[in-house]
Amino acid sequence: MKPSAFTYHAPRTLTEALTLVATLDNARVLAGGQSLMPMMNYRVVQPEHLIDLGRIPELAFVEDTADGLKVGAMTTQRTIERSDVVQKRCPLLIDALFHVGHQQTRNRGTIGGSICHLDPSAELPVTACALDAVLTAASNNGRRKITFADFPAGYLTTSLEPDEILVQIDFGKWPERAGSAFEEYAVRPADFAIVSIATVIALDEGDIVTDARIAAGGIAPVPTRLTNVETMLKGKRVSSALIERAATAAATLPAEGDDMNPAEYRQELAGHLTQRALTKALQRVRASADT
Amino acid sequence: MSGKSLGTASLSPERSGELIGSSVPRVEDTRLLRGEARFIDDIVLPDMLHAVFARSRSAHARIKGVDTAAAKAVPGVHAVLLYADLRPLLTCDRIPLALAAAAVKFDAEPVCLVNDEACYVGEPIALVVADNRRIAEDAAALIEVDYDELPVVTDPHDGLLPGAPRARLDCPDNLTAEHVVKYGDVDRIFGTAAHTFSEQFRMEKGGGFSIEPRGIIARYDAVEDLLTVWNGTQTPHRAKTVMVQTLGLAEHQLRVIAPDVGGGFGPKAVFHPEEIAIPAAALLLRRPIKWFEDRLESFTATVQERRQIWNVEVAFDAAGKLGGIRGRIYHDHGANVPYGVALPYNGITNMIGPYVLPALHLTASLCLTNMVPVAPTRGAGRPQGTFVMERMLDRIARTLDLTRDEVRRRNLIPPEQMPYATPIKQRDGSVMTYDSGDYPQCQRRALAAADWNGFEERRVAALREGRLLGIGLANYVEGTGRGPFESTAIRIGASGQIFVTSGATAQGQGTKTMLAQLAASVFGVSPDRVHVTDGDTAATPLGLGAFASRQAVTAGNAAYLAAQSVAEKAKAVASVMLEVAPEDLELKDGEIRVAGVPKLKKSLAEVARALGGLPGFALPGNMDPGLAAAVDYQPMGMTYTNGTHIAEAEVNPISGAVKIHRYTVVHDCGRMINPMMVEGQVRGGVVHGIGMTLFELMRFDDSGQPLTGTLADYLLPTADVVPRIDIHHMESPSPLNPLGVKGAAESGTIGAPSVVISAIEDALRPLELRITELPILPARLRALIRTAQKAAKHA
Amino acid sequence: MSTHEITITVNGKEHKRTVDSRLHLADFLRQELSLTGTHIGCEHGVCGACTVLVDGASARSCLMLAVQADGRRVETIESVAAPDGALHPIQAALSRHHGLQCGYCTPGVVMTLLELQRECGDTPMTEAEIRRALSGNLCRCTGYQGMVEAALDVLPRAAAGERTKA
Repeated sequence: MKPSAFTYHAPRTLTEALTLVATLDNARVLAGGQSLMPMMNYRVVQPEHLIDLGRIPELAFVEDTADGLKVGAMTTQRTIERSDVVQKRCPLLIDALFHVGHQQTRNRGTIGGSICHLDPSAELPVTACALDAVLTAASNNGRRKITFADFPAGYLTTSLEPDEILVQIDFGKWPERAGSAFEEYAVRPADFAIVSIATVIALDEGDIVTDARIAAGGIAPVPTRLTNVETMLKGKRVSSALIERAATAAATLPAEGDDMNPAEYRQELAGHLTQRALTKALQRVRASADT
Repeated sequence: MSGKSLGTASLSPERSGELIGSSVPRVEDTRLLRGEARFIDDIVLPDMLHAVFARSRSAHARIKGVDTAAAKAVPGVHAVLLYADLRPLLTCDRIPLALAAAAVKFDAEPVCLVNDEACYVGEPIALVVADNRRIAEDAAALIEVDYDELPVVTDPHDGLLPGAPRARLDCPDNLTAEHVVKYGDVDRIFGTAAHTFSEQFRMEKGGGFSIEPRGIIARYDAVEDLLTVWNGTQTPHRAKTVMVQTLGLAEHQLRVIAPDVGGGFGPKAVFHPEEIAIPAAALLLRRPIKWFEDRLESFTATVQERRQIWNVEVAFDAAGKLGGIRGRIYHDHGANVPYGVALPYNGITNMIGPYVLPALHLTASLCLTNMVPVAPTRGAGRPQGTFVMERMLDRIARTLDLTRDEVRRRNLIPPEQMPYATPIKQRDGSVMTYDSGDYPQCQRRALAAADWNGFEERRVAALREGRLLGIGLANYVEGTGRGPFESTAIRIGASGQIFVTSGATAQGQGTKTMLAQLAASVFGVSPDRVHVTDGDTAATPLGLGAFASRQAVTAGNAAYLAAQSVAEKAKAVASVMLEVAPEDLELKDGEIRVAGVPKLKKSLAEVARALGGLPGFALPGNMDPGLAAAVDYQPMGMTYTNGTHIAEAEVNPISGAVKIHRYTVVHDCGRMINPMMVEGQVRGGVVHGIGMTLFELMRFDDSGQPLTGTLADYLLPTADVVPRIDIHHMESPSPLNPLGVKGAAESGTIGAPSVVISAIEDALRPLELRITELPILPARLRALIRTAQKAAKHA
Repeated sequence: MSTHEITITVNGKEHKRTVDSRLHLADFLRQELSLTGTHIGCEHGVCGACTVLVDGASARSCLMLAVQADGRRVETIESVAAPDGALHPIQAALSRHHGLQCGYCTPGVVMTLLELQRECGDTPMTEAEIRRALSGNLCRCTGYQGMVEAALDVLPRAAAGERTKA
């Protein structure tokens, strides 16, 4: 099972890479290769040109800024999961990465690669969805910011233009008095989730929910924000009854299923995981408020 | 030791030393650990070319034409071969794989390449030979096949209905074979039984999926007029026989070698079309050719198993004792018959297991379908039969409000009836007779080891934390050590090195260690002083290889007897050389010593040199030349391994996830040669069984297209989802062979599905849920739970 | 198609080769350098048989192109035992605990455990952590228990009570 022939390019700068994507036909951008290479080995994808971003140092970074955490698209999942800055500024990413593949794949797999592959049950796109991540796409014409909500164009398809490369993901400022959790169900722990839930909730000192973000993977062709569940929570005093209601609401959202994992099953999981995630996030708010 | 010795196990303690029964380190390990092994794909020959098959994309079609022009034009391509290109090299149209059986209605033998009718997705149509695999794949993608689509059969029940389409147009219908197993007065028993119920069981497709795929290299050497075939096979001698027949060669023109083989589990015992196509192409092109199966091919081109439907009815009395079982089995046999028709028969006979079953009438219909051909995978039909029996026993217990251990206890064959002749006639006409074992004791020990009686406390404690815990129990028997024979020879030459050659063939079982250990025990040396050559038709002319958990029984006893014979001869020669009586001699550290006189001794090398002869001199004591012996050991009958498994599992009723927390096995495979390796076999077998219960599912759609083609879809058990497996041994020696041994390689797989499902049902006890299918993936279990919950609400 | 001149340090030795762009690292090691200890089991990054260390980090060599390894340091199973052939403690433990049978997945398992050993330093490892680390290496023979025992034997041990928590 060998890939079909292609021409390999290893640009050393982003500018070089952007020129290549703008000029080459039937080209694919190679990030960590943990999704693209299997598809190429199976010859499901047969590009004529492969543009490897792995030699562009400017695309791999983790930056702690006043506006929040910024991560370069080519930063490996392993670097992120071991980053103290990420642990402090965006712990949800670390929780999500606990469920991503195996160390052998996280060592090479990148955050940008996963987000651009946009598998609906992959953990990092769901996390980006929950956090309203802002993606920076670069082209020879400059850079543009895309909020995650506008990023997916469909199943496994992004709204990047053919001459654009994802270069950076901004996760925004982590809310005050917030807790987060990433919960999923997969048949084996390292598999893509059947359903996953990423959540962040923030409370004021009177336990009123000031911010609530919940994103689900696996119920639709693209990661989905559970906005009406978030609305249910916001402004309310947090309680187990409230979480229960939120979970019930999550379980009644429309879901798309397949033969192996039908819609009804995914809905139930969405409800169950929402409850687990909110409960854990709440515990974490309280734990952080205590310290 | 709790089993009884019933025969004349002829093992004298001074002979066996302490080696037999000792967990000595494996002689195989060092090369494997250093990365020095030679698996098929590691072998590189000068001028070697690489092959790729173009395979049918249709599950059933007439092939109207194949356009190979574009493929042939790819630089680096040496040949693109079709059936018509290979046929002149063959003596027959089809590969002669039919195994005689009364049940066979007609043979459906495979072809090496499709000529006119493709019967499953993945059936090979063309063979591309190129400088390397990458180029061969490029060319294969350019081959255009013109398909005239035909109706498909994908269900083994519907395929036998009147008017069903034919899965193969060259067969009269889809019923390739039918077994009827019948004894006792079934109708009378059902007519008078206190209780009866019926149930349908469904098992889906799964397979072997060794981590090393299949592979083959063929090289024709014109100087030696020798075709050498390196084959990742469990059965090189059988492969040679088929190749000799099909390619019209004489025995001396063909050598088949199984090098290091990376796991077998059944499929590699089966002769596949590539094993003719590659040697034929090598003969045609006069260049060595390698084909190494890719992972997609292991889903579409390698045999699979397991898919059956059982419609059965059971009769039992008020005490829960079995009266009779009757019903019908529909067996999906795939698109042809590459390895006989025994699978459902194995299932039926194994269903009886360790229990007394007075009457039985089952009919198994083997239906051809347009899917990958079917042949044994670890367990070979037995896990299905055991599953049916154990599920029914659990339901009987529930019906009568008995505990599951009690209902089994009431039906187990008592030890005093050993050897126990079942009412089953086997394929060789003999009566299926359990040779030894104590089944009630095995269950008793398992219950104690797993703290069965203490489980209710654990259940309650878990419930307090909101966790649903269940416990399951299953017993089984496995017929092992199938004949008719296995060959092992031992030779000691001038170097004093002990050489063992055997028809046994290893794929990870530790066969070399087992044989070395047995020989070493006789010569009083360390096993690493013994060199073993297995799986090579040039080293051992006759042999059968690895299947039916047989090699310790067959090759092991052959090695042991051959070693004894060589040792006797060495002593006899030494007695002449040293001028002492043979009874004053002892064999230790590879030397024949005069007892009590340490300086008076002869090494095995000296004896071997003496028996090697000198021109014109007589051999010592006028002995036959050579310090060697060969034994073709023919087992008197099958040896029956048995076991009891107990598992504790936690069920998440919302996700349908199952986590096994504890797993206990009490296992009796007679006398153990190397307990560490026995445990390795049992653990691996159990995990394969857990896989076929909770993870592994090969899916096809209604048009016969495979829906599973990657190891991301076909879920093999991983280290983080399997439990520790706690193993306890009983050793009831088999009276049927000198070593008293039985096989161990498949038994774990046979018990595991039953016990895991039993534990799941138990965890969900309040729901009165019955699980009658394999596998049970989370979404499916959740669906069953949901239905049961709704029913409970309405009740 | 393109070809590339690359220099890769494999097991401490520098190799210069001209390779096709589509040659993956596993094939490069096996075919160009005859280092056949790295096995190919699935070529889609699931089975872990082809695991090697690239700049010290484990990687599926079937999912990495040889040209991507240009200038990098690769370690394969052939480098693990001592030059005199003496087994590394991880290898010896695998043999002792019967953590291998057919041996096809074994090189990948050894490389995974080698990385784990280097990374964990003196930090004790639980059985659950070891099982998670091994979950990227498929084995059809052993049921994994021998591998887990071997790792527990060689890696720093957690308190005794932790051992059985799976």
